[in-house]
Amino acid sequence: MTVLMTTPTRRRPARAVPTGQQSRRRRVAVSRALLWPALATSIVLTQIPFVLTIYYSLQRWNMLRPGDRGFTGLDNYVSVLRDGSFLSSLGATVAVTGTSVVASTLLGMLFAVLLDRSFVGRGVARTLMITPFLVMPAAAALVWKWSILDAATGMANWGLGLVGLPPVAWNTELPMLTIILVLTWQYTPFAMLILLAGLQAQDRDVLEAAAVDGAGALRTFGSITLPHLRQYVEIAVLLASIMLLQVFDPIAIMTRGTGGTKTLSYLLYERAFVGLEVGEAAAYGVMTVLVTIVVASVALRTLFKVFSTEGIDR
Amino acid sequence: MTSSRLRAALITAVTWVLVLMFFFPVAWMVFTAFKPEHQAATMPPTFAPDLTLDQFDAVFARDMLPYLINSLSASLGSTLLVLVLAVPAAYALSIRPVANVRDALFFFISTRFMPVAASIIPVYLLLQSVGGLDNITWLTILYVGVNLPIAVWMMRSFLAEVPREVIEAAQLDGARLGTEIFRVVLPIVLPGVAAAGLICFIFAWNEFFLANLLTAQVARPTPPFLTSFVDGRGQFLAVLSAAATVAIVPVVLAGWIAQKQLVRGLAMGAIK
Amino acid sequence: MMLTRTARRQAAPAGLAAAALALALTACAGAGGGGDGGSAGQGGGPVELTLATVNNPQMKDMEELKSAFEEEHPDITVNFIQMEENDLRDAVTKDVATDGGQYDIVTVGSYEVPIWAQNGWLTDLTGDLGSDADYDVDDLFEPVKDALTVDDSLYAVPFYGESSMLMYNKELLDAAGVTMPEHPTWQEVADIAREVDSDDVDGICLRGKPGWGEVFAPLTTVVNTFGGSWYDAEWNAQVDQPEFAEAVQFYVDLVEDAGEADPVSTGFTECLNNVSQGRSAMWVDATVAAGLLEDPESSQVAGKMGYAHAPVVETEESGWLWSWNLAIPETTQNRDAAVEFVKWATSKEYHQLVGTELGWSRVPPGARNSTYEIPEYEEAAASFAPITRDIMLAVNPEQPGVAPQSWTGIQYVTIPEFQDLGNQVSQDLADVFAGRSELAPVLERAQDLAQEAGDAQK
Repeated sequence: MTVLMTTPTRRRPARAVPTGQQSRRRRVAVSRALLWPALATSIVLTQIPFVLTIYYSLQRWNMLRPGDRGFTGLDNYVSVLRDGSFLSSLGATVAVTGTSVVASTLLGMLFAVLLDRSFVGRGVARTLMITPFLVMPAAAALVWKWSILDAATGMANWGLGLVGLPPVAWNTELPMLTIILVLTWQYTPFAMLILLAGLQAQDRDVLEAAAVDGAGALRTFGSITLPHLRQYVEIAVLLASIMLLQVFDPIAIMTRGTGGTKTLSYLLYERAFVGLEVGEAAAYGVMTVLVTIVVASVALRTLFKVFSTEGIDR
Repeated sequence: MTSSRLRAALITAVTWVLVLMFFFPVAWMVFTAFKPEHQAATMPPTFAPDLTLDQFDAVFARDMLPYLINSLSASLGSTLLVLVLAVPAAYALSIRPVANVRDALFFFISTRFMPVAASIIPVYLLLQSVGGLDNITWLTILYVGVNLPIAVWMMRSFLAEVPREVIEAAQLDGARLGTEIFRVVLPIVLPGVAAAGLICFIFAWNEFFLANLLTAQVARPTPPFLTSFVDGRGQFLAVLSAAATVAIVPVVLAGWIAQKQLVRGLAMGAIK
Repeated sequence: MMLTRTARRQAAPAGLAAAALALALTACAGAGGGGDGGSAGQGGGPVELTLATVNNPQMKDMEELKSAFEEEHPDITVNFIQMEENDLRDAVTKDVATDGGQYDIVTVGSYEVPIWAQNGWLTDLTGDLGSDADYDVDDLFEPVKDALTVDDSLYAVPFYGESSMLMYNKELLDAAGVTMPEHPTWQEVADIAREVDSDDVDGICLRGKPGWGEVFAPLTTVVNTFGGSWYDAEWNAQVDQPEFAEAVQFYVDLVEDAGEADPVSTGFTECLNNVSQGRSAMWVDATVAAGLLEDPESSQVAGKMGYAHAPVVETEESGWLWSWNLAIPETTQNRDAAVEFVKWATSKEYHQLVGTELGWSRVPPGARNSTYEIPEYEEAAASFAPITRDIMLAVNPEQPGVAPQSWTGIQYVTIPEFQDLGNQVSQDLADVFAGRSELAPVLERAQDLAQEAGDAQK
């Protein structure tokens, strides 16, 4: 454990405030002492379970057959790769996360622009608008499933009926959309909050100057505001992706993995606690982590680029 | 002039319609909570029900209070622990010079990328082997693991805003580390600490996956308790709505009241 | 129990990293071994029982009446954890399979009892129940009790039992000018369903919700009576056989033509709502539904319903056999108190208590012969009690289909892998209901999965 922790810090000496060798060394030590508890906690709570996951993934172990357990080499990986569930769940995760993130960001942008204007009751409108993000996801999924999207008594079908459209069997015909609807509903306020902060951080003088120069509102938005918002958009997309990649609640509550909504989290849960296939589930877990590491590296590189202007390595 | 005012009024109207559409599911849920059960799931919907508090009585008769208390202790406890760990770490990463800030940060944030589900089996078996299932302390500790990366990340951004001159001045004055942190830096970033705390609290309060799998009765928090209102054999929408309303009140109120912190926290204060 | 819990809690906050490291070491030394030793709570002092149960009305009635038990046993309190059927299965299976020890009493279906008993996860109740003459263990329904017995030992007690039957709205069928025979065939039922089906009313309601205990409860009975089966007597998977496909296709087509709009979210509750609000004309499902449909407070069709045996094709009967039972996991630290409660909740006195406190139509059905001799119950349940009893005694769990099988059970296969198998196939089936996928590839994959599970059995 200690080895794991100190290696990264030791590789390069710090470029500190130049107040002499002695003091610099002390400062580094103090810094390490400050960093240590958090780093250790994180390692213990996330890395040790993962190492054990690798161990379990090499075991033949179905909890329903307690007598038959043992080392099985890479068999679990073979059956995982042969089964095809992993790839289709990976696809489902990308589809659900991707669509929801894009939709949330676009809608979030719309609401940010609308709520950045000054109008009667703006404070109240903002307050109402952030609410979906605060609602407990389990509660949101339950309410959407039973109150809004129920085929017989849901408000969505009632609304469709008002405008003369036929009712929709949401869960049967459009399972993926039901999940995306709920996630988009919850994460639009999230994107909006970040983008609103971006809009408010804009330099008003520049905007006024553009207006004086006779640039239209749309052109100003396109050529000044949007580029300014870019890093906010990146942050919103990245954070929403981190959270949505793990999405579990609405799937467990609304679709139970049917119709292309079996995301990786749900697949892992199902293999582990419905199939009770410890070994196989662990193999799925290891595969998932490998894929996430690749995704995370790419995403984080982007993130660091976002922050590079601020000087991360000073 | 009139045309541009008309346009402004129109945009305002559209804004309000859209906002109310977004808010509708919450409003409808709260409304349903005050209906008698037989008027909750009807087609067409019942807009003039016989308003009643029966469902809230039923919710607390089903003993919701202990679940709320569990949620509260896991959320508050984990948030406090997270802050105690995250603030010094972020301080070391942003103000004090630590080599390879990037590696440490990368590590923290990457732990948040990993699906919790990927290592749920060992976590479950480990907890079981130490008798830690259905135990609120262990659930709290796990929430620390989940929220720590986000908090470190946020706090680092807030701390990066603290003018270096302020700290250097304090250091030249010979201020000791404790003084430096508590007297000089902390007051400046206090809003940031509040923001990070709020976000961690929200995430912990709303967490379902671990809560559902690792608790049964004694330590069970609110989110998995909610799903138990889905009745296998009868009407349940009104009482479910009432339970959901009670469950979301603390976080929604906190979010409404601390909107500024929420914005700061989410925008991570950093990007300026 | 209180003592134990406090002790456990104090073990936790001893230095975060140290505790977690210790935890990791213990685990490396052999995780899954389980068992934290200490067995405080057994002798003397107040006992707190944790009971995990499905949130059906009968169970809610039990929770409502538990204070009567607690008054008789002042040192015992009983905490109910209610869950939806699927969640309950997942939670309880996970707990007993890992020696989690979170529950003192669990509600288990007749599918799980023999499997769990063989794994040594449930305590043998034979002695406790047999030694008490007042309890009258022989009064329990024979076919139900058989399903809970392994090697002459009884591992669970039925709280209530059920078969399945056809329920139909007489008004709607009369209006369409059709009459229902007492022993209908599936073809007759399908014809009537298509006849009655209109814009306002569904001809029939059949479960389509994923889960082996959801869609595959009725669907497996249809497969059985069509002459199909999950396995032959040698554990060769039979899912690729024409009878299996024919039955499933029949079921899907019937739902498509004359069934509910949203089959994938339709389970028992949804059908109950549809039928009790007059939106569905017929329904094939658990016999306990009748009691709910005849309750004028929640149902608009009370008194308008007719009941018939489950529809058949090639067999005499095609009702299923199911019971929700109370069992005590081996891991409990409060066995004596748990036995007390289990006996109380499944006793004749409890039935009297339900009748006098909550109404006679709410007495848990299908568990005891004597229930059907209570005059008040006979009167309150006149329209469905006799047929329920007839069907429950007529079905044959040893061979529900055309060919012999090597397990006991009608709408399920009594092997551990079946719940996973049924779940996966039913998820794929959702795509067939929605028209996103053909049946053939779904059954092809199902055959592979079934064969894998069957091989483990050979």
